[in-house]
This record gives sequence, structure tokens and C-alpha cells, in this order.
Amino acid sequence: MSNVPADLRFLKSHEWARLEADGTITVGISDHAQQALGDLVFVEAPEPGRHVNAGEAAAVVESVKAASDVFSPVSGEVVASNADLGGQPELINQDPYGAGWIMRVRPDDKAQFASMLDAKAYAAALAAETH
Amino acid sequence: MKAMHEKLIFEHSAPGRSAEAQYPQVPVEAPIPAALRRAGAPLLPEVSELQAVRHFTRLSQLNFSIDTHFYPLGSCTMKYNPKACNQYAMLPELLNRHPLAPESTGQGILQILYELQEMLKEVTGMRGVSLTPMAGAQGEFAGVAMIRAYHKARKDLARVEIIVPDAAHGTNPATATMCGCTVKEIPTLPNGDIDLDSLRAAVGPQTAGIMLTNPSTIGVFERHIDDLRRIVHEAGGLLYYDGANLNAILGKVRPGDMGFDVIHMNLHKTFSTPHGGGGPGSGAVGVSERLLPFMPVPIVGSDGDRYRWLDEKDLPQTIGRLSGFMGNTGVLLRAYIYMRMLGRDGMQRVSEFATLNSNYLAARLRAAGFELAYPERRASHEFIVTLRREAHEWGTNAMDFAKRLLDYGFHAPTTYFPLLVPECLLIEPTETESKEELDAFVDAMIAIRREAETEPDKLKGAPWTLPVRRLDDVRAAKQLDLTWKAA
Amino acid sequence: MPFIPHTEDDIRTMLEAIGAPDIDALFDEIPANLRAPGLPGVPPALNEMEVGRLLAGFATRDGRPLNFIGAGAYEHHIPSAVWAIVTRGEFYSAYTPYQAEASQGTLQLLYEYQTMMASLTALDISNASLYDGASGLAEACLMAVRANRKSKSQRILLPAALNPTYRDVVQVIAGNQNIAFELLPYDQKGGQTLVSALEPYSGQDITAVVLQQPNFFGTLEDADAATDWAHANNALLIGVVNPTSLAVLKPPGQWGRLGADIAVGDGQPLGVPLSSGGPYFGFMATRTEHVRQMPGRIIGRTLDLDGKPGFTLTLQAREQHIRRSKATSNICTNQGLLVTAATIYMSLLGARGLAQVAGTSMQRTQQLVDALTRVPGVRLAFDRPRFHEAVLLLDRPVKPVLEALARRGIVGGADISARYPSLGNALLVCATETRTLADIDTYAQALAETMRNSAAAA
Repeated sequence: MSNVPADLRFLKSHEWARLEADGTITVGISDHAQQALGDLVFVEAPEPGRHVNAGEAAAVVESVKAASDVFSPVSGEVVASNADLGGQPELINQDPYGAGWIMRVRPDDKAQFASMLDAKAYAAALAAETH
Repeated sequence: MKAMHEKLIFEHSAPGRSAEAQYPQVPVEAPIPAALRRAGAPLLPEVSELQAVRHFTRLSQLNFSIDTHFYPLGSCTMKYNPKACNQYAMLPELLNRHPLAPESTGQGILQILYELQEMLKEVTGMRGVSLTPMAGAQGEFAGVAMIRAYHKARKDLARVEIIVPDAAHGTNPATATMCGCTVKEIPTLPNGDIDLDSLRAAVGPQTAGIMLTNPSTIGVFERHIDDLRRIVHEAGGLLYYDGANLNAILGKVRPGDMGFDVIHMNLHKTFSTPHGGGGPGSGAVGVSERLLPFMPVPIVGSDGDRYRWLDEKDLPQTIGRLSGFMGNTGVLLRAYIYMRMLGRDGMQRVSEFATLNSNYLAARLRAAGFELAYPERRASHEFIVTLRREAHEWGTNAMDFAKRLLDYGFHAPTTYFPLLVPECLLIEPTETESKEELDAFVDAMIAIRREAETEPDKLKGAPWTLPVRRLDDVRAAKQLDLTWKAA
Repeated sequence: MPFIPHTEDDIRTMLEAIGAPDIDALFDEIPANLRAPGLPGVPPALNEMEVGRLLAGFATRDGRPLNFIGAGAYEHHIPSAVWAIVTRGEFYSAYTPYQAEASQGTLQLLYEYQTMMASLTALDISNASLYDGASGLAEACLMAVRANRKSKSQRILLPAALNPTYRDVVQVIAGNQNIAFELLPYDQKGGQTLVSALEPYSGQDITAVVLQQPNFFGTLEDADAATDWAHANNALLIGVVNPTSLAVLKPPGQWGRLGADIAVGDGQPLGVPLSSGGPYFGFMATRTEHVRQMPGRIIGRTLDLDGKPGFTLTLQAREQHIRRSKATSNICTNQGLLVTAATIYMSLLGARGLAQVAGTSMQRTQQLVDALTRVPGVRLAFDRPRFHEAVLLLDRPVKPVLEALARRGIVGGADISARYPSLGNALLVCATETRTLADIDTYAQALAETMRNSAAAA
């Protein structure tokens, strides 16, 4: 069973998001997603300064058997991306909610974050998907 | 004694050595201005002719091939490649002809290509054929590009959506994207047919066409092809036939008679040109009446007894050129020779015996306790075994079976394709395999299944007897080592 | 039954196991109204002896004229060992190496090929090949759009002195994806692309600049200046090169201060016969930073479960069978067999042999130009240094001259007048190391007689 931290918000497409104290939103992929993809070999994170729209493919994660888009849950400007993933994509496998974060976005509209799934709803969606 | 390991060619090198019979020995100083001259020699091997011959012969011995092993690779049609096709395609006059030499010096080759076009028209039931696409994927590209050109010529500009079944080969959606189209996937029913209700809901004024393989990638004939054609045509879309599985129906039913507007053929499958370790292929396209003006050029035309190339001047609405010259002529020659050797009856026997072998193998595996993915359906030239029970009970998945088959001297079937069926093996024996070979394959599958139950590690660690054991793909992708560097 | 091993007994036993009365019953899911009545339009079967006679007849009719055309496909000596090994069943009849353990021969050979091509182009990495040079350039243009993150324009500059068929193919393959191609003119006197023609684009958003070296006319380009201009303007530089020439000419990786970003070309000169236009193969090399944007198969070296080195397809997540509609290209094949030929060819010749082939071809072409321009009514079009091709200008239409030469067993060059009307009656000729001085004499005499016997244009 995969880990779904209670303090995060999620998309059905398996991205997680956390609202930081400075108002930015950190984005990564869920424990379930990293398990499904297997050992990651490459991460393409967006360049800071880029404006992304909610639902837009902002990053790509790649394993030997699959490549998957990472959708931004909110519209806004990318203020940071995780440079450590360049040399260590396995950080996402090891610590998807911590050292394996992918990007930080300053949202245009905070309501988009609020409309994401909470942990309970995401866990329910996962359960529905596997049955 | 077979080679199990061979050093890199660079590791055989010694400075100053080369195969000196192979190039002019009079020293020349290329008259090149200093600013345009190369600095430092490229890293090419320095070996004798014998060293090179021995090295590459040894490398060849590390391969499985049709000539050495049964190769039941689903959707790839690994049939015997007759030696005559190679020998007579390599006649020096055919081999040394420059593609731009005057047509008057190439009436022989032009006649061959013209007759090949005519034979392919006959076996597909299409109105025109262009031989120029250099591979199946390029044939697909040409097909979708023609569909787009057709709609554009009618000022029907909204038609940019291509429908593909979820079981389709990955090239179908990739091709649609390359042609500037969007892709809509529709589901397959549990019985293997396409869900016509979903198709009805999917078509509309945005529909450019649908891409279909029939028999489909799950190895069954689409029974409602008539209804399907009606739905797509009535919505204003065109039908694209992916000829990957043409071997299954050769001479029995023709894509043109099924109502398809465009088809590509993989000559390296149905018409037995070599796979060559991944190419060259050849992806001739056939079209219905309404797509004739859009065919890729050049095409061979005939003015009575003279043959000539038709080009942009003859087909002003052509989608254009796909290669530097006229496509993979050497491959086309091999297909021509093969077709002439089969003749009209032999061509029908291809599908008959491919289907007989496939159904026999399916029946025997089923009797041995393997689960067929579509047991209620007649197998076409290929069929799917699902190993989900074996995976569930013993933890041995389809890849483990595939790798263990290599130890038993059989090339693995296609694994994990189509994606719809869990733990699947897609098995295509082709018509050129004997009953004895098929029986030996069944024996191997039964033996491996027994191992799966009693000694599953034999499968999980397989192969054990090949030049290498399972390779670390994650390491290959993370620590990229794509070229050799001197230590 | 040719190529089908079944005996009557086999068929009976197999049908029993299936539970079908006859073979026809196996097609019972095909609607009856669609069943084909047979294939009357296909001729009856020939046996191997008969088909051999048939093909020999076609071949004899075409004969073996003395060839002086290049224009993208070059007649070089091919060592006997090359095709003797290439047509071994273990290479010839193997599939794409998806089962790595059963394909180490093909995979190691491709790794050796990648090493040779990367070194020949002086770039970091090479793929395992594409279909041909023309489609390879189209793939390079699509790749440049993906790789050049600084550019949003999808504008690519193509020289008019680029092989015009390459231009056509690029337009067909890449044209559906909203890429705009703009033409760079060439100097009418030298035949080289005018680097000054780039100036109007300075400061604009250009995705890539293409340069062919040597260009279609055989003329050597100022690759350094074009490359530096591209990089100064945040554009990528795509070099289209002849692999034989790279033994002596500055390779793309050495162009300008930073080197070209992508090199492509047709690998045909490396041991692949002319064979009326194909199969050839396209090669592509680039810098490591662009590896994930590169289309086509790539082979990597890794370790097996026992820690022993081995070879496998890698970076497959870019490819169509995984990425589907988001793949870098729909390409599935490489040109495995032709790459096998090229790898053996390069191994036999080595750097010295390849340089000798390049140098001798340059020398022969110079001798050919000298001999042909002594014929009244023939002059040289361009005065700049060239590789192994040259454009000649005739005082009359080229086509009838070529037809007359063909009747004498000489294929005298490519008529490029229609593609370059401003040149007039233009003939592109080539002589490689396979043409002797006697061959050149034969051509010059035949041309002189042909020109004497036909009137010059008014």
C-alpha cells in the first residue's frame, strides 16, 4: 500500500502539492506514481521563470519502461526546480514527498490549490483504480 | 565451437595496421585549404582484413536469427527469407545502377518495379500503389499525410482527428502526431472486436480517419468491419489499413474490398524481405480511387512498352517525396522475386498455412493448460497467451518465460504487447515452420511451466546459457555509455 | 509447396488437434461477402531457376554503364568481405534486438558503429541510424525544435545549395508541424552559401541553421562562420555531411568556436551499393546534452546480473512503442543491415584508407573537370575549392547530351538545370576512386564527339 500523507493535496494523475509558508506551491509525484513507474532514470524539470497553466505538462519523469508527463496543478510562474534530480533521479523513488520534489510554482490563483483532492479523496481514487 | 564473447573491434587495433587491399595506395594529399582541414584522425579501427572478418563473424554468432532459431515473434512475421531473393537482387547490374541514371539505362529495373506495383494492387484490391516509403512507419506517415491532403483539397479543414483503437501499435498515434493530427483512442470489447458504440460517439466533423489493423493486434479478425466502415465513411472520415498483419489474410480478403482508402504494407513481413537486425524495411502504400492524386512520388508509370518515373509534374497534388531518391529499391527487388516465386496460388497458401500453424499452436498450448486471451475466437496468424495465473501463483511473469525460452533455443514471442492483456505472449509461428518445430516449442513451454512451479528461480534468473544474462537497463539509461573511449 | 514444409499427414493431424474440418474453416470469422475469389492478376509461380533467368534478363538489359553521377549517392569500391558478412543469416535474418541477450552480436556492432560515427563527426554521441540522409535531415529539424529551448519561432534556415531533394523531403516530413523554412542564397561565382545572407536575420529568433558540407555543388562552405553566426544568434547549427569527406575535412564537431550541434548525412558512401536509390542509411550525431531529443534507436553498454559487460537498447522511453503520440518520432527501424555494412567497411579501411579514398576522389574529380572543360562548349561553373563533385555549364540543353552519352554506355552526370534555372544548362559530375584516368579519357572523348555532332543552343 502506498503512502498518502494527510497534509498534501493531490491530482488524479498522481501529482502532489504542498502550500508553503511563502505562498508558493511545491509539486512532486506521489508514492503510488513512483512505484508504478519503477526506477526513474531521468527527470526533466521546467526552467525557473517559465509560466505554466493548470493541467499543462510541466515536467517529464522517465523510467526504463515508461515516460510520464507531470502536470502542474495550478497556473503560475515556476520559481524553482529541483536541481538534485539531474544527477539523482532516484530521489523520487526514495523520498517522493521530500527530497524528490520536482518544482515550486507561485500560483496566479490560490483557489486552484484548494480545489485539488485531499489525501482522503486521493486514497479513495487509488483504491478505485486498483479494483 | 560458438563464440560466447568477443572483444570490441577497437581492442583488436594496432597503430599502422589496415586492410591495404581495399583502397588506393598511391599517397595523395587532399588539396584542402588549411582552415577546412580535419585536425586529428578519427577513431576508426586499425585491423587486418582477417581480423575484421573474424571479429564480425564472431559477432554474428552471438545472435539468434531465423536461419538459426524458431522466432515466433508476434506481429513481426519472422518467416524464412529465401536465399534466391538475396542472390538475384544482388546481380551487379542491379546493384551498381545509380538512381539518377537516365531512364533509358534502367528499363529492366523500372519494369520490375512496375510489375511489383501491379501485383501489390492485385493482392490488396487497391487502385494505386507507391513503393517509395522506406519503412512501415514511413508508409503510415504517407497514409495519414494523404488523408490530410484529401480533406485539405476539399477545404474540409476541421478534419484533424485520427481515431485509433486502444490495442493499436504505438506507431499509429506517433504517426498521427507527426502529421499534425490529434489522436482519439476508442476501446476494444472483451471479445476482441472494436466497441462500435464508442466509435459512433467518437466520429464527427472533426474526424479525419481511423487507423485499423485487421486482423487486429490481438490476433482476431474484426467481424463488424462492414458496419465500422459505414460509420466512418458516413461521418466523412477515411479508413487507414495498417498492413502489419497482412500475412494473415493474403489472397483471402483484400483491404480494398473491405472498403479501406489507404493501406501500408510491411514488405519485410508479408513479402519476406529480411529484417536485418532492425532494417531496412519497406512500407509501400496502396490507395483507393479518391486518394490516387495524393500518392507520394516517384511512382513508375508505363507509356506502352517504355517505363518512366512519374513525379510532381504528373501528380501535382502529391504529398511529395519521402526519401533522397525512390525508396528502398533493393528491398523491393527482394519482394518482387519472392512474389514471383510464390505466384498466385503460393500467395494464398501463405495465409492458409500461417493460420493453420497459429491455430494448431494455440490448440496445443491450450490443451497443455495455458490460458488463451481470446479462447472463443478463431486465431488469425497469431494469438495471445496470458500468463497471469502463472504470475499470480508462482511469481513468474511473461518476461521470465520469454527469457527462459531463450535457454531452450527458441526466440521469445512478443511480450507485453498488446498492452490490454496482462502478462501476455503474442505468438506468431508463420507458415514456414514445420509441425516438428511447433511441437518442440510446445514441449519447451510445458517444461518451463513445470520449472515455474518447482524451481521458479530458473525462470527469474534466465537466460543462463546465452552470451550475457539479463542486463541492467536502469544502469544503461542512467550511466549512459554510448561510445567506447580508449582507456 | 515452396517454403511450406507441411505434408498431407501433418495437415490432417493439425486440423484434428484444432477441431476444424479443413483449412478453409479457419477463415470462418471473415464475412463471406468479403472473401476474395483468388488473385488472377498475379502470375503463376516460377521456380528458383526460372526466376534467376528472369532477373538475369532484366539485369542484362540495364547493363553496366560507366557512371559519373554523385548528387547524393556515390560509387565507391566495396570490399568483398563487407557483403559476404552482412548477408550471413545471423545478421540478415535477425530481428530488431529487443531481446538483448539473444542479440549481442547486432548490439555490439551498433555500439561500435556509434563510436565510429561519433568520432568521424567529432561529436559526443550517435544514434544507431535513420532511414536515409534526406529523412535524417527532416528528423534533425524536428529535433532542433525540441532541443532549442531558447527559440519559440520554429524558423529554420536552409541553404539553396543544399541538395534540393533534401529540401523537398524536409518540407514533406516536417512541414505538417508548423515549421517555417527560409532559403539562404549562394554566391553565383563561388557556389558557396553566402554567410552575409545570414546578416539580415541577426537578432531574430531562429531555431536552427542548416549547412551542407560539401554542398550540393561539391563546393566547400565556410562552416566556421556559419556555425559561429548561429550560436551568436541562439540558433542550433545542423551540419549535413558526406562521411567519406570527414576523413580529411574539418568535421562538424570542430566547426567554429563551439562546433555544430547536430550532424546528419547519408551513410551510403560507407560500403553501401548504389542499388537504384536504396536501401541506404541516415546517420545522426549530436552533443550529449541533446541525447533525449534524438530520434531513433540508441545502444548503450551496461552490466548483466553477473556484472559482465553487455549491450542493450537504451533510452527507449523516447520511442513510439512507449511514448505513443508523444514520441520523438514514429520511427521504428534503424537500417541495421546497411549499418552492419558501414561498420565493417570503416573497420577495413580505417582512418588512413578513408582519407585515401577521399583524397583520390578529389584528385579524380579535378582530373575529370580538367578533361571535360577542354571540350568546346563546356566550362566550370564555380571557382571555389570543392570536394569530389563539380558543376559544369554547357552551351546547350543537358538532357539530350546525357541521352547521347547513355547510348555510348556513359552515365555522364546529373542534369540540375531544372532545379537551378539561374545557372542555365548545368551538369553535376563526380568521379570517385573507382574511376581511372582511362575512364575519364573515355568520357571526355565521348563528350567531345557528342558536342561536335549536335548543334549548340542559339
